[in-house]
Amino acid sequence: MALLGQYLVGGLATGSLYALVALGIVLLYRSSRVLNFAHGDLATFATFVAFTLLTTFRLPFTMATAGSLAVAAVAGAAFYLLILRPTRDATLLGIIVITLGLALVVNGAVVQIWGTETKVFPFPLSDTKVYHLGGVVISQVSIGSFLAGLVLMGLLYLLVQRTRIGLAMRAVSQNLVAAQALGIPAKKIFALTWGLATALGACAGILLAPVTFLDPFMMVDPFLKGFAAAVLGGIDSMPGAVLGGLVLGVAESLFGGYVSVKFKTTMAFLIIIGVLIVRPEGMLGREYKRRV
Amino acid sequence: MADSKSLLNVSNIETAYYGRLTVLRGVSLEVRQGHIVTLLGSNGAGKSTLLKTIMGMIPDQPEKGAVEFAGQRLNGRDPEDIARLGIGYVLEGRGIFPELTVEENLRLGAYTRQSGTDIAGDLARTHALFPILQERRMQFAGTLSGGEQQMLAIARALLMRPRLLMLDEPSLGLAPRLVAEIFRVIAEINRDGTSILLVEQNARMALGVAHYGYVLESGRLVLEGPAKELVENPNVQELYLGVRGELSVKGYKRYKIKRRWA
Ligand SMILES: Nc1ncnc2c1ncn2[C@@H]1O[C@H](COP(=O)(O)OP(=O)(O)OP(=O)(O)O)[C@@H](O)[C@H]1O
Ligand SMILES: [Mg+2]
Repeated sequence: MALLGQYLVGGLATGSLYALVALGIVLLYRSSRVLNFAHGDLATFATFVAFTLLTTFRLPFTMATAGSLAVAAVAGAAFYLLILRPTRDATLLGIIVITLGLALVVNGAVVQIWGTETKVFPFPLSDTKVYHLGGVVISQVSIGSFLAGLVLMGLLYLLVQRTRIGLAMRAVSQNLVAAQALGIPAKKIFALTWGLATALGACAGILLAPVTFLDPFMMVDPFLKGFAAAVLGGIDSMPGAVLGGLVLGVAESLFGGYVSVKFKTTMAFLIIIGVLIVRPEGMLGREYKRRV
Repeated sequence: MADSKSLLNVSNIETAYYGRLTVLRGVSLEVRQGHIVTLLGSNGAGKSTLLKTIMGMIPDQPEKGAVEFAGQRLNGRDPEDIARLGIGYVLEGRGIFPELTVEENLRLGAYTRQSGTDIAGDLARTHALFPILQERRMQFAGTLSGGEQQMLAIARALLMRPRLLMLDEPSLGLAPRLVAEIFRVIAEINRDGTSILLVEQNARMALGVAHYGYVLESGRLVLEGPAKELVENPNVQELYLGVRGELSVKGYKRYKIKRRWA
């Protein structure tokens, strides 16, 4: 029983980070139907920026994080304004190729600037300090990143559902032409969405860094998992992204714990395939019905 | 006619889709302050294309000619900037936000307004104009009936407090009673000082409320004049008002009439 609890808690902690990655992907997909394959590499870049601010500039953790998020937001918005907007008449496939290209460029820049050797990210929480909760052992880092993930999701929810700018974001994603006819500044809203999504990816990167360590390919696996979680939840649903991330994290953890660690990723993808056979639109998605 | 100032001036525009499918071939039109101007024409004539061109919604168009609103040139501006200058545009087929509530849809109408302006007052007036929208306040707009969605789209555009309201077939698909209701509202909006450019298939109703009218055929204006005169025009009567001509060989007559436009 305690073992089950242990796997569940571990799964939820990892899952909340998958959810964070998935949310960034879903946010962009909902607003502009773009699948951003550069999401993971932009997050890696921002995490390295945080690393430099922490180690070279010796900034306190909060300031380094803030700086990294700002860089991420500017990079995301700039990518939209300078590259995606001028090419907005391209086909969806063309745009995917553009984001793939950006992924390679950003990854190359990271390798060039910081090198390929693994670095230790000075995270303020420890993963050797552990707490015992009813027979379940949790590290400080796990609790911290799980809580940070929850807070970020809550803030995102409030922003999108409760603010004027969030209302405009939803309007633009549902009917761009009608939104423009009302004078809603679609270009600014898109740039803001890109900035926000990229900053969200940066948060995920920083929270993952103490677990995965820092190297140019640290986000490859989390990005794929986040992407899978987004599809699992329904690529156009934000609650779906959270649910998808948590389900994926828990499923992986349970399978890894009880059956085989080696095949836990394979198992996770089998689950996704199963869900998509039963519900092609994902757990909470609506896209499929709408397109019919 | 000459007493009020010109608000919208479209001069000699040519619009093509994808830069090669020419739809408008030299169209000039004017909306004067305080007037209702109606634009008639059969399916595919280019009426919606004209409104989209004015709003800057067709990339890189118009190819030729100029659109001016309140003395400012609109060519080449983004749609959202054009809307902010004071043009409300109700799209053909409504264009509501289906997964937002009725209230959220309405609030977006006032998105560009300063919070100081009397938005609450305007909202109350909107609800007085369309009581059903108040009843359906918390419902998703996508679950409204077609007529209700049309009312929502008009109400939302009104909350922008536009100087010019452009309506693309507001009576499309509505029951006769609702059509009459919509036209009553259009006249009322106009009485409150908003100028209107009205695209319609329902020529009888449109000419009933309009001051001035234009007839568009295959991308060219073939007739214009005060609404009262257009109603009397035998071509308009035959083709748009469904009044039968004396000759019974209809196909032949239509053909001849079309030739006589110019
Ligand atoms: N997005 C588009 N791409 C290419 N051609 C278009 C597009 N929209 C309209 N057209 C063409 O332009 C012509 C005029 O269309 P438009 O929608 O302006 O007609 P309309 O007068 O509004 O007709 P209706 O009364 O049926 O709404 C039509 O031949 C149509 O096929
Ligand atoms: Mg039309």
